[in-house]
Amino acid sequence: MQTVKIVVTGPFSSGKTEFIRCVSEIDVVSTERKITAEAEKIKDSTTVAMDFGRITVDDDLVLYLFGTPGQKRFDFMWEILSEGMLGFIVMVDSTRPETFREARSILETFRAYAPTPYVVAANKQDCKDAWEVDDMRVALRLDSKVKFLPCVATDKESVKKVLLELLYSILAEMDAGGA
Amino acid sequence: MALKGNLRDFTITQLLNLVNLAKKTGNLVVEGPGEVAQINFRDGKLAFAQLAHEDSSLAAILQRNSKISVSQYKLLKERAARMTDKELGILLINAGYVTQEDIIASLQQYFISVLRRLFTWVEGIFHFEQDARPPDDKIALRIDLENLIIEGSRQMREWEQLQEEIPSLDMALKFTDRPGTNIRNVNLSVEEWRVVQYVNPQNSMRQIAKASKLNDLEIRRVVYSLLQAGLVEVVRVGAPSVTISGRMFPTQDREEQKSLVNRLITRIRSM
Ligand SMILES: Nc1nc2c(ncn2[C@@H]2O[C@H](COP(=O)(O)OP(=O)(O)OP(=O)(O)O)[C@@H](O)[C@H]2O)c(=O)[nH]1
Ligand SMILES: [Mg+2]
Repeated sequence: MQTVKIVVTGPFSSGKTEFIRCVSEIDVVSTERKITAEAEKIKDSTTVAMDFGRITVDDDLVLYLFGTPGQKRFDFMWEILSEGMLGFIVMVDSTRPETFREARSILETFRAYAPTPYVVAANKQDCKDAWEVDDMRVALRLDSKVKFLPCVATDKESVKKVLLELLYSILAEMDAGGA
Repeated sequence: MALKGNLRDFTITQLLNLVNLAKKTGNLVVEGPGEVAQINFRDGKLAFAQLAHEDSSLAAILQRNSKISVSQYKLLKERAARMTDKELGILLINAGYVTQEDIIASLQQYFISVLRRLFTWVEGIFHFEQDARPPDDKIALRIDLENLIIEGSRQMREWEQLQEEIPSLDMALKFTDRPGTNIRNVNLSVEEWRVVQYVNPQNSMRQIAKASKLNDLEIRRVVYSLLQAGLVEVVRVGAPSVTISGRMFPTQDREEQKSLVNRLITRIRSM
């Protein structure tokens, strides 16, 4: 049996768990904890170690989706999680510009770990406060060559599109002969 | 859709950067403690700026710049109160009190001073009114934002924030190929010029820091300004930023790797 993995990262509460849950065939083995600290109480629970989702491709191939914990104090996990990944997805909450700086930081950190292909998802585009993708691209300082996709993590088609775009990038990179 | 937020999380410099790079037209309203600023942009350039609690009429601006005297100012306030800035400007030029250059230079100086004061605000909320025009009666200019952006980002001194913006000094820099940016038009500091000389995908930021005798904090500060102004971008040293490596796959056979990706694509499409 062969396995490959894709890492889903991004700031606290950007929708990583939701994204993985949306397409995983197993219940996301997540390590959610109730949030007690008042400062972080924008939602009830957070991922403390990692999320873990699975998509069985066929008899000999399984894709694992790993979600990084959102809170900074767990970032020692990132490098371990990123080892041997096929690529990564950075989730950004389009409604919270206060997290854009951290999103940039996470992206830069992952880019420094490995030169694997990646895509960035402007999540929660269904919310009325969502920033426009073009504005976010500039705010996140994404080069025009970086794939930056609108996303709604609760919508399966949208999540599929983000995963597919990442896979297309990998394929394109292989065809371009990078190895 | 919403372009709004809090200065704590999204600074004025970052907003200017956004306006500049996206060539935006519209009105930025910033509500700080006890003061409201209105800044207007056209195609990514600064067109107009005013503070709500300050007399930003043309007469007041000219007087503060000593282009007209206090008594002339008072007279104008009494007699020409109903005139728009545009009308007043023409009147003053025709009467030989000031030149057109005086007016443009004074307004430019004033608009920039409003932005400089905004840089010091740490609290405040902002929203951007897309496509809104400056007030009809006001004189609008076209001022490039690059220098203001550089100036604003130089004020970022917080180590933690800089570390967050530039997590790894093992990455390299390259000039952006964005049309319309010309590094020669930007007022760089001596330190910034020193770093700019070494910008090359072959040099890590750590090497640049060493060569230009800057410590970790200083190099980050300089790189941050250059990044903010859209002059450089971060890339991996020597290698293309994205490549396919064997470590990504459970097999080292190229054909198998490709088949694997294709199977993943087929599977996800069918979900
Ligand atoms: N409207 C909307 N809500 C979303 C979307 N994605 C996630 N959410 C909600 O946003 C909140 C945060 O989502 P999570 O999936 O827990 O975020 P996370 O990134 O895993 O958070 P941490 O693990 O705490 O870092 C939850 O209440 C989700 O239901 C979306 O696309 N649209
Ligand atoms: Mg989570």
